[in-house]
Amino acid sequence: MPFDVAITLQRGKLRLDYAFQTEKGGLTALFGPSGAGKTSLLDAIAGLARPSEGRILVEDRVLFDKARRIDLRPEQRRCGYVFQDLRLFPHKSVRDNLLYGWRLAPAERRWMDFDAALGFLGIGHLLDRRPATLSGGEAQRVAIGRALLSGPRFLLMDEPLASVDAERREEILTVIERIRDELALPILYVSHDRAEVDRLASRVIAI
Amino acid sequence: MPALTPEEWQVLVLSLKVSFVAMAAALPLAFALAWVLARWRFPGKVLLDALVHLPLVLPPVVTGWLLLIAFGTNGPLGRFFAEWLGLTFIFRWTGAALAAAVMALPLMVRAMRLSIEAVDRRLEQAARTLGAGRWRTFATVTLPLAMPGVLAGLVLGLARSIGEFGATITFASNIPGETQTLPLAIYSALQMPGSEWQVTRLAVLSILVSVVALVASEWLARRSGQGGAHHAL
Repeated sequence: MPFDVAITLQRGKLRLDYAFQTEKGGLTALFGPSGAGKTSLLDAIAGLARPSEGRILVEDRVLFDKARRIDLRPEQRRCGYVFQDLRLFPHKSVRDNLLYGWRLAPAERRWMDFDAALGFLGIGHLLDRRPATLSGGEAQRVAIGRALLSGPRFLLMDEPLASVDAERREEILTVIERIRDELALPILYVSHDRAEVDRLASRVIAI
Repeated sequence: MPALTPEEWQVLVLSLKVSFVAMAAALPLAFALAWVLARWRFPGKVLLDALVHLPLVLPPVVTGWLLLIAFGTNGPLGRFFAEWLGLTFIFRWTGAALAAAVMALPLMVRAMRLSIEAVDRRLEQAARTLGAGRWRTFATVTLPLAMPGVLAGLVLGLARSIGEFGATITFASNIPGETQTLPLAIYSALQMPGSEWQVTRLAVLSILVSVVALVASEWLARRSGQGGAHHAL
């Protein structure tokens, strides 16, 4: 099973419960209004926030299980996290951003090579630039490339169209469709936009 | 200005030695303190903060006296260093370096703490999800982004240590060839009647050292500052 999640997150006095399982293949959208705790859920799956209870399995691998005291560190979870605010490293070139996770992954875990990623995302001409000089659409594609090159076993995408202007939406949507259709990678996709979800998602989970 | 006399050379070399050794010793300590103050939360943090800042607000002569008590022959720390490391401070150039390091420490910690606090922790999280452990994240993300502040702290500390006078003369005394750094040599020369020319030469030398240090630091900051200035994206 790609995602099998049943956790409780404590945010201040607020108690957030999540429970869902997904079928194999395609893209799973987490749909709900802003402030519903969608990003908190992705952070918990990535290992950046610790649930107070429950368990998280991805592809039948236990990432977190309170009862069994399992809590893998973020760097052990092999998740490709495309953050809403991108978080490209400002002190590194686009090339070094893209290769950051790739260099850390053992050779047998890399399933996409550098040139393939450049072609796939159309970012070959940006390599020597600094992130601060990129447009919203370019930065978004670099952030997706950085995640894919780290050899992840699953992808978390948090509102990937949020920092992209209207003319560039189509370009990013196409990239995401290709990832969904060509890469056989479980994807959790967070959005509050109905049209976006209808177009991309194989299934929708309301949060 | 005519070439330096052997005595002036001695003063210059000793000054530089004292300052550089002081910086080498203070840098790791200052960074560790800055890190703890920026990132950790624990009871007594206010106290540690105050202790670090003490040399900045105390009269230097008091700091020197406290060093005498702690690092003197019978002081607790003095005994420790003498017994375990064979290192003594009193009336020695190592004492001048210690005094310079202690006086420079608060300035270094302040600059470094600010730059560590300014590092966007979301970037560290991104590095973790990409497969970097804590240490690698520190070395490849946190430290490079904090580097301008670390260098600024080092420059401030160096400037402070080159000019250090009060704590040094109290703790390490004013011994030519051993603890007599530039400011102490100038002070000694001022005490002697008819030594205006000598004082002038030493003062000019002191100004030259400061200008060179300033230019070097500006150059360093420029080289490392690129890219570290903007955050987020």
